[in-house]
Amino acid sequence: MLGPAAAPKSRLMKMLADRRATERSRGDQIMRALCLAAGLVAALVLFEIAYQVISGAQPAIAKFGLGFLVHTAWAPNFDRFGAAVMLYGTGVTSLIAMIIAVPLSIAIALYLAMLAPKSVRTIIGPLVEMLAAIPSVILGFWGLIFLAPFVHAHIEPFLYNTLGFLGIFGPPQTTGLSLFTAGLILTVMVVPIIASLSRDLFLTVPNDLKEGAEALGATQWEVIRGVVLPSTISGVAAATTLGLGRALGESIAVLSVVGTGATIQKSWFNTGNTLAARIAQDIQYPVNHLQVHAIFYLALILLVLGVATNLFARTIARRYDVSRTI
Amino acid sequence: MTSAAPSELPYDPTAPLTPSGNLRRRLIVSRITQGMAVAAAFIAVAALAIVVFDVVKSGASVLSIDFLIKDPSQYGVGGGIRSTIIGSAIIVGLGAVIAVPIGVLIAIYMTEFARPGSRIAGLLRMGLDLLQGVPSIVIGIFILGLITEPRHQDTGFAGSVALAIIMLPLVARSAQEVLRLVPSPLREASDALGVDRWRSIITVVLPTGLGGIVTGSILAVARAAGETAPLLVNDSTAAPHLTFNPFGPMPNVPVQILTASEALNPAGFATAWGAALVLLVLILIANVGARFLLARSRRKLTG
Repeated sequence: MLGPAAAPKSRLMKMLADRRATERSRGDQIMRALCLAAGLVAALVLFEIAYQVISGAQPAIAKFGLGFLVHTAWAPNFDRFGAAVMLYGTGVTSLIAMIIAVPLSIAIALYLAMLAPKSVRTIIGPLVEMLAAIPSVILGFWGLIFLAPFVHAHIEPFLYNTLGFLGIFGPPQTTGLSLFTAGLILTVMVVPIIASLSRDLFLTVPNDLKEGAEALGATQWEVIRGVVLPSTISGVAAATTLGLGRALGESIAVLSVVGTGATIQKSWFNTGNTLAARIAQDIQYPVNHLQVHAIFYLALILLVLGVATNLFARTIARRYDVSRTI
Repeated sequence: MTSAAPSELPYDPTAPLTPSGNLRRRLIVSRITQGMAVAAAFIAVAALAIVVFDVVKSGASVLSIDFLIKDPSQYGVGGGIRSTIIGSAIIVGLGAVIAVPIGVLIAIYMTEFARPGSRIAGLLRMGLDLLQGVPSIVIGIFILGLITEPRHQDTGFAGSVALAIIMLPLVARSAQEVLRLVPSPLREASDALGVDRWRSIITVVLPTGLGGIVTGSILAVARAAGETAPLLVNDSTAAPHLTFNPFGPMPNVPVQILTASEALNPAGFATAWGAALVLLVLILIANVGARFLLARSRRKLTG
């Protein structure tokens, strides 16, 4: 046996821990194993998703390679597939959604966290979150019947006449089904996500900081601009990224209103297509095997986008957490 | 001079106390931004109100006892929602049966077994986050490759598995939040009585957090009930007849709404609106109810 001087404290702790482990009852061990197994299932599902999607896409990857990303043709009968139109549509619709949703959501979050009286806050907060509960298929149907005609009759002519010189707001089209309308629908879907996450962040800003600024004579807006936003900006960026992930991956609602166009157009009022909408549209009646593989390739792109936005959001959120504890 | 006369003060004491000059400008800017925040909140609530109003307005005329007890017609035009709503209930229920136990077990591991800063818990949390970030259509495609393609047949079960994957991170996260609220003196009291860890989890921790776990699961179910993409990929070719067999094609409400709305036929629209109204009302009721219960059980736990 070694003397007490030779047995460092850490070893003592280790011995104690070992004793605890051996004394743990069999029931505890079973319970722990069961819980770990559940976690393993979740991890396995994640790997299986990646494996299935990659292996399903393999033949298409072998045939088209990375050129798939820049080719615009999607012609199942001619075995020609490219994702460029869908990538463009996904980018534009998500961009529209983020341009509108980010300022709107931050304003809503500021209202809920700082301005609204408590009684109003407890009603409006859940109502905003309720927007996220509307099923995408209903939102898409609503967009098709109510929003698209409205956009066509009022918003398209207005934007064309005032901002038409930008090129992105071209002459009004026939139906109102367009990248722009799809972007509006996505806005409705991501606002509740960004708004509720940002509100929770704004509520974590210490009162001392806000009151300190007020004591120095800052107006409400100056407190927001000088204290609240700077101290939560990375968290808001993370929330925005999560919202973006949602917008990139939405399929059914977009499918209903995007008009399933086959070309890249400069004007946002033209029809287009997105990765997710193309998958939903084509998977029911594929013409041949190669088309199924091409669809899996699209799903792979979506999976990469989804994982990338999520990891990015986690990275900035973690940085935020660190800065908050300092 | 020893004392200054009032008239020699550097400011005019009789001036009114209303803001002027720079402060006035700053206050105006502040008021404007506050007004914009109020307007933003109004826009969001108005969007919800408009969508719900339009769905109610369009669906109410279709709704009748007949609509609820008749099966849909063959091509999605006309008919009711009996078989689809039962199919949806079975698919979503089966999904919950898969997702809730796994999700709760993961939550138990994270709150009861993992030491603070444990690497496994960190990886699990990241895995759940990533799972939540996978678009639902990709989950549908995954199940297509895993279950539907090998079986050469659409099944309600494939839809259930896909919905379970969508529910899992939601259930796990909400259960974890609730279990974390369970006061640790309860656990310590149980430990002090010499009760095994697994026993105190089952008899003390879980019952205390049960309300929160149930409501979290209801919210996840409500979310999954409206999911269309995975069902479109894996369970969209069912005949509209009533069936209780989840291992065959099963009619379901989301796909019914989508096909009826794509029919571009006023009769199809009517069916779609009716089904949309029923689905929306059920989901909103589940949401409001769950939120109410969640707030209550949280109050009970935090005191």
